[in-house]
Amino acid sequence: METKIKEIIKQVKKGDQSAFEDVVTFYQNKVYQICFRVIGNAHEAEDLAQETFIRAYVNIHSFDDKRKFSTWLYRIATNISIDRIRKKKPDYFLDAEVKGTDGLDMYSQLPAEQLLPEEEVESLELQSYIQQEIMQLPTKYRSVIALRFVDELSLAEISEILSIPVGTVKTRIHRGREALRKRLRRV
Amino acid sequence: MSCNKQFINLMHKYLDGELTRTDENLLRSHLHSCQSCQKHFHELKRTTTLLKSSSELQPSSNFTEKVMASLPKEKKRVGYMRWFKAHPVITAAAIFFIFMFSSVFSAWDQDSQLSVSKDKNLIIQEDTVIVPEGVTVDGDLVVKNGNLKIDGSVNGNVVIINGEHLMASAGEISGEIEQVNQVFEWMWYHIKDITKNLFAFTNK
Ligand SMILES: [Zn+2]
Repeated sequence: METKIKEIIKQVKKGDQSAFEDVVTFYQNKVYQICFRVIGNAHEAEDLAQETFIRAYVNIHSFDDKRKFSTWLYRIATNISIDRIRKKKPDYFLDAEVKGTDGLDMYSQLPAEQLLPEEEVESLELQSYIQQEIMQLPTKYRSVIALRFVDELSLAEISEILSIPVGTVKTRIHRGREALRKRLRRV
Repeated sequence: MSCNKQFINLMHKYLDGELTRTDENLLRSHLHSCQSCQKHFHELKRTTTLLKSSSELQPSSNFTEKVMASLPKEKKRVGYMRWFKAHPVITAAAIFFIFMFSSVFSAWDQDSQLSVSKDKNLIIQEDTVIVPEGVTVDGDLVVKNGNLKIDGSVNGNVVIINGEHLMASAGEISGEIEQVNQVFEWMWYHIKDITKNLFAFTNK
C-alpha cells in the first residue's frame, strides 16, 4: 500500500489535486482516531483531522519520497492536536509533573471513581468510556498511546514522529498502559 | 502485587514485541506459579485490546468531500502560465501551428481591398469609412486597408489595419482605438486575439 500511496503522492506533487482524494480516503480513519485520542471529542477530532490533510496537501512538496508517508502524516496530525491543546486552557492540573516521576503520579493517585454500569455496554459507549479514561492522562502520554494503538506503530516510528528518544517512548507506553490497566480493570 | 517489578517489566516488553526467547520462558514459568502476576498480565493484555479497538471511531461520512472542498484552489490562469513556462518548446510549436492554420501571412498580402466589419449606416468614400454624425456603432469596429473618420460614436473598440484614424472631428469611442500598420503589428494583433480567445475558452 505504501508504494501505491507514493505513486499517488507523485501525481499530487505534479499538481493533480484530485489524486489527493485517495490519500484522504485511505488515511482518514487513522488520522481521525489519532486526533480523537489526543483531543478527546469527536467534533474537534474531525476538525483537526481535516486540518491535518489540508496542511499535508499544502506542504506536500516538503514530503521526502524516500520516507514513509504515514509517518509524515501522523506527525502533522499529532503536532496539530498537541498545538490545539496548548492553545486551550493550560492542562495545569493533570499535566503537572511530580519531580522524578515524569508526570504520571499525580494522575495515578486519583482514584478511579467512575464505574461501568452493570449492563452490557454498546461499543461506542465503551469507546467513550475508554477515551474518558485516556483523557485523564497527560497529553504527552496520550499522543504516544494514540500512535501505538491506533496504527500499531513501532517504538522507533513513534520516536521519529514525536521527536523523542525511543527510551522515552517505551517509558511512556509502559506507564500509560499500567495506568489504564488500573482504570479499565472493570470493563 | 508483591512480585518483583522485573516481571511486570517483562510483561510490557512482551506486549511491545521486544521480549527475547529466554525472557519469555522466564516470564511464562513465573506466570504458571504466580496468580497475582497472572492477573496483572491478563489485565494488561485486556487493556491493550481495548485500546486497539478503535474501529468504531470514524469521521463523518462526507469527510473526504469536505477536505477536498477546502483545499486551496489552483488558479487556472496561473496553472496555464506555469504550463507555458514548463513547456517552452511545445508552446513555440503551438504558436507556429496557429500561424500556419490561420494563414496570417497570406492574409496580409492577398487582402488589400478596403473592408469594414460593419457597414450599416456607415458611409464609404473612396478609401475612407465615415461614421456619420448621429450614428452609433454598437460593438467593435474593424477597418482594413482604409481610413476611418468618426463623426458619430462607436460603442466599442476600434481597430484600423493599414489605415489611419482621421482626427478631423472628435467622435466618441467608448473603447480603445488601435491602429495596425506594420506586418509585425498585424501579427501581434492576431496573437493577442488568439490568446484572448484561448484564455476565454480555457477559463470556462
Ligand atoms: Zn508474580
